[in-house]
Amino acid sequence: MEFRIPVGTWIDSFFDWLEDTFSWFFEGLREVFIQLFDAVAWIFATPPELVVVAVVAIGALLARGWRFALGSALGLLFIIGVDQWDNAIDSLALVLVAAFLAVVLSVPLGIWAARNDTVSKVVKPVMDFLQTLPAFVYLIPALALFRVGVAPGVIATIVFAMAPGVRLTELGIRGVDKEVVEAGQAFGAHPRRILRQIQIPLAMPSIMAGINQIIMLSLSMVVIAGFVGAGGLGGDVVQAVSALNGRLGWEAGLSVVVLAILLDRFTASFGRGMGLYSRWRKARRARTEAAEQARFDAEESEAPTATAAPGLGV
Amino acid sequence: MNDDTIALRADGLYKVFGRHADEAVIALHRGTPRDELGAGTTAAVIDASFEVRRGEIFVVMGLSGSGKSTLIRMLNGLHEATAGTVEVGGESITDVSPKRLREIRRKRVSMVFQHFALLPHRTVIDNVAYGLEIQGMPLDQRIAKARQVTEIVGLKGWEEKHPSELSGGMQQRVGLARALAADTDVLLMDEAFSALDPLIRREMQDQLLELQAELGKTIIFITHDLNEAMYIGDRIAVMRDGRIVQIGSPEDILTNPANDYVEQFVQDVDRTKVLTAESVMRKPRAVVHVGAGPRAALTLMRDEQLAGAYVVNKDRTIVGWVRDRDVFDLVRRGVKDLSTVIQSDHGAVANDTALADLFIPSLEAALPLGVLDSRERLVGVIPRVTLLAALGGEPEAAVQAAPRPDPMPTAEVDQVLEAAVGAGTPETKEAI
Repeated sequence: MEFRIPVGTWIDSFFDWLEDTFSWFFEGLREVFIQLFDAVAWIFATPPELVVVAVVAIGALLARGWRFALGSALGLLFIIGVDQWDNAIDSLALVLVAAFLAVVLSVPLGIWAARNDTVSKVVKPVMDFLQTLPAFVYLIPALALFRVGVAPGVIATIVFAMAPGVRLTELGIRGVDKEVVEAGQAFGAHPRRILRQIQIPLAMPSIMAGINQIIMLSLSMVVIAGFVGAGGLGGDVVQAVSALNGRLGWEAGLSVVVLAILLDRFTASFGRGMGLYSRWRKARRARTEAAEQARFDAEESEAPTATAAPGLGV
Repeated sequence: MNDDTIALRADGLYKVFGRHADEAVIALHRGTPRDELGAGTTAAVIDASFEVRRGEIFVVMGLSGSGKSTLIRMLNGLHEATAGTVEVGGESITDVSPKRLREIRRKRVSMVFQHFALLPHRTVIDNVAYGLEIQGMPLDQRIAKARQVTEIVGLKGWEEKHPSELSGGMQQRVGLARALAADTDVLLMDEAFSALDPLIRREMQDQLLELQAELGKTIIFITHDLNEAMYIGDRIAVMRDGRIVQIGSPEDILTNPANDYVEQFVQDVDRTKVLTAESVMRKPRAVVHVGAGPRAALTLMRDEQLAGAYVVNKDRTIVGWVRDRDVFDLVRRGVKDLSTVIQSDHGAVANDTALADLFIPSLEAALPLGVLDSRERLVGVIPRVTLLAALGGEPEAAVQAAPRPDPMPTAEVDQVLEAAVGAGTPETKEAI
């Protein structure tokens, strides 16, 4: 067989060219990723372990309720028990940084795609491509551009995890009741205002599901990123596989599961009205609304004619 | 026509979706039927022209797919017209900048939607104030105004509820209040009551008519329900396959349908609610002037073969009615004045009474039901056959109504029956 398309060579040389030409840019980006990662990791690593556990448990109580609080405390204690705390914090920091950047990129892109059919037509196949390309393949150019360490892990994670964020944001905004959007238009609202006051609030459940997906995909990618020296739980998993170390493999693997469940439950509860915090918020809003209504009614009885019809001019 | 009286004017409006829209408009203009336009090109509205007067309720009526929803959305620029112009208050909205169009929507045209289209995350009062908020009104003012309007539509006490806590009818009241609060001259209502229960719908229709009488808004109302169109519309445009096939008052459309389609359509209408006494009445065959003597009256009744007649003054205002045998007595006794036998319970109805309200008066009246104009003048009568014929959709049929046969005199019938019993034929008896 003589015929062969050297597509691999092409892409590879493209990345070589990219590396040579824009090395200053990637070097800068690498610095940013590392700084962000260090900052987040510092927040979790500086306080004593048990303080972090307590804070997370309180957060869980506010977000979902006491059962989740108990579960998350036990999960974190398990991670401490198998001596994976530092690794878990590294992985968590990596996930948070990568997921944060992925959200910042994908939500506006999804909004843009929802408002512009051409953008949507371009973005869709690109997202398909990014999501189906085996995750390991990202790592090679990422490694070439960002060198070993946290940075290639972050960039590979962002690229891999963006797709559902874009898709679900677009879907959510396109799925907003057409009549409600028309109502905004019919009363003369600017498109930006319709986006802010109608489309984004009504698409929030879908956008939140997208963010949840981003975080989950980030976590799965973070483990793979162990191959490029991103460290954390992924690093231990990779080490366990290459050394056929079953004990280490299980301990690091189960820690990943704990982290995954924690992150999933936390993000799934956003905007769903669960837990103490949303109960407080709801109660507070109900109180202000009731107070307002009482004020209306009181004014009504004081001045029964004050709000009669004539003010409505024609 | 005087522009001051026209709130909204549409002229030669076309809306074609899909490819080659402009070519399709030219083809349609030349008379190509809309189903020969080719795949991927859909003509939703074809050559729609009409004027809506200030303070009028203009109803666009058509079945689904007739293009009425597209048409109403072209009137505030939610759909851009492929060809033609729309003027609101004398200003064209079809070729203005998006910014100017938004201003026109804020100040001149508001809209009520079929499925209410309320903002679910806002309270009733904030929904009502939405249009004012976009107009840039300060918070206190807009809340104060929104409260007024909320009260007008009957939602006082519900200001701080969320739409999901309200029934459908109440939600649409919020939609209506939101449009009213924006205080625009023109109100577009897209199937506004179609999603409501029949009872609530009727209530909302009545409320709309009340509000319109009070506030004098120009309302353009879209519906697929002909009875609704007939009930609330001052004028109705009937749409079919994207074209307006007839514009006219409800009675016009019912009595002079422009074509078979409209005729077929109006078959199902409850005529008794649309047609009025005036539209079915006949000229009275004979009226007696109150000054005329009994002899003149009796002669008239004999000539016209009548058992009674209405009595009117010189200016045709009604006095009452007389019975032939009473007048007969007067003539025999040689009385020269009719007034002693005039009965005042004439039971006549006003000329704008709906047919539905004529049946009982018609039963109670001894003579064909009299019809009076606003100055109490007898302008016509409605014999019972005419009422029946109008109900059947062919008022002219009353002319051909066969006279009811008089029963044979009882004495003769008795005689024949006696004779039959004498001959002894028991079978006939059983048969009876």
